[in-house]
Amino acid sequence: MLRIATLFPDLLGTYGDSGNGLVLAQRARARGINAILTPVELDDEVPDASIYLLGGGEDGPQRLACDLLAKSTFPSRVRDGAYVLAVCAGLQILGQSFSIEGDEEYEGLGAVDVVTRRGSERSVGEMSVQVGKKLLVGFENHGGVTALHAPTNPLGTIVRGRGNDGVVDGYRTANIWATYAHGPVLALNPWLADEILATVLGYELEPIESVADRLYDERCAALSSR
Amino acid sequence: MGLKISPNLLAYLAKGRTVILVSGTNGKTTTTAMVAAGWGGEVTTNSTGANMPAGHVAAMAASRGVRVVLEVDEAWLPEVVQSVHPAIVVLLNLSRDQLDRANEVRQMAERWRACLGDADSRVVIANANDPLVVYAASAAENVRWCDVPTLWLADARSCPKCTKALVHQSSAWHCACGFAKPLDDTTILREELFVDGVAVPLELSIPGRFNEANAALAITALKEVGVSPIDAAHRLKDLHGVAGRFTLRKWEGRRLQLLLAKNPSGFEALLSTIADDASDIWVAINARIADGRDPSWLYDVPFERLRGHRVWCLGDRRLDLATRLEYADVDFEVVDDIDVLPVAPEPVLLLANYTAFSEWLTRSSLC
Repeated sequence: MLRIATLFPDLLGTYGDSGNGLVLAQRARARGINAILTPVELDDEVPDASIYLLGGGEDGPQRLACDLLAKSTFPSRVRDGAYVLAVCAGLQILGQSFSIEGDEEYEGLGAVDVVTRRGSERSVGEMSVQVGKKLLVGFENHGGVTALHAPTNPLGTIVRGRGNDGVVDGYRTANIWATYAHGPVLALNPWLADEILATVLGYELEPIESVADRLYDERCAALSSR
Repeated sequence: MGLKISPNLLAYLAKGRTVILVSGTNGKTTTTAMVAAGWGGEVTTNSTGANMPAGHVAAMAASRGVRVVLEVDEAWLPEVVQSVHPAIVVLLNLSRDQLDRANEVRQMAERWRACLGDADSRVVIANANDPLVVYAASAAENVRWCDVPTLWLADARSCPKCTKALVHQSSAWHCACGFAKPLDDTTILREELFVDGVAVPLELSIPGRFNEANAALAITALKEVGVSPIDAAHRLKDLHGVAGRFTLRKWEGRRLQLLLAKNPSGFEALLSTIADDASDIWVAINARIADGRDPSWLYDVPFERLRGHRVWCLGDRRLDLATRLEYADVDFEVVDDIDVLPVAPEPVLLLANYTAFSEWLTRSSLC
């Protein structure tokens, strides 16, 4: 059984981020795996789950989500190796600190050694990232510049767009995938959804046919032609 | 926008006229058409949906009538309010839309609030069920609160004032900080419409509960400029379509009912009106500049409601739509060539976002 918990979709769900949980659940179900998708609401305890999803959000809701998570069991779960996919604001919350409104620094959950400062301008547009042999395609819309401190590795290298700093995007630890490609990044990148599922479940998955593969090919082609 | 419009020009054109401004994420064009229709007589309006200052100047320069109603893009509302000095500002709703351009919906509410807090003697007609609208409008001195059905509240789960969680209880909502739904509403729409305690018969010719809400705000606005709600409601019966929306059109042997939805709340409102009859539905999605370049919002639309229907996926981003529908367990066909679309005797519903809607409007003609 696979339990997918989407954390505070009301706060961190600005750009269709709830799509990531849906994609993981449906791709697991397509392989006969019983998947349960649980949105964790504002007053809920953080439940046991196979993987936790953090989405993007506006400044105020991002701070509130961070405060709620800091008081919950979530930070210790992540330290103990719980799997997490974090996009955009979620990526920033897991770090040591982030500055969003003005230059006021806000304390993050400290799950990874990364620091986000406010950049001089927002980065808005389609992005692509080389992740190993695969290209990750997505859309970013954020004002953060994120610095990774050793030994935290990036998720991949920027081909197009800004990501953390114009050079690399996100980070990848033993149990966390983090990217600035916001919203339903797993809908656009079925290979990443399957990689995450295989890691969480601990075994290789049979390939499945999906119109998402056509979408992925189309976005890769669109991003290389412009 | 290439053309820089002088605020003085707008102010000059508005001088001596009674101006009603209509803004919000959804329903601007329809509500503006309702105000114009309900007012009666000659009304100057930007009926083509040209809702930025260049469009306002064009509309007001083309006619010298005293009565003016203008649809205003949300982001332009503060500038237009300051130069036009409207008698009335109608605030419909505020939700996520084209976030690649407008960034954040809460910032928009802050900007509205800042522009409405001055001492100008205008009346604000505001949707009391939308916390972001209430936050913006409560800065104004004269507000007429309208308690109308509002489906989409996903952007107001946390308090616009203090970011704590808003508590929603049946038809009301409040926050621990004291921010709450205003209770001194003067317009109420439930089974019936009441304006200042008087029942107003509402028989619209265009579909959707959301259009009844739009009509309630339009009628309330008109009452403030001296039009009796019953007369206004009576005139609204004759409004059958707005800029190609809702009316029946024909294309290559097919009959189509074109519906425009530009964002999750608009789509949710339209999906709630679709009959549970397993009919085919066409949906066209683009992601051009006017639509917003990021179609992530497809995952905020409850497409699961279309289970049992077959959806024909059209537009530049038909594969994004098809992927969304596949994950929603909805039957779909990806249409790479529109000539293969089925010909059926029954009219088919075509839901489209902004530029896709324009394409289909051009391609089709009135029945």
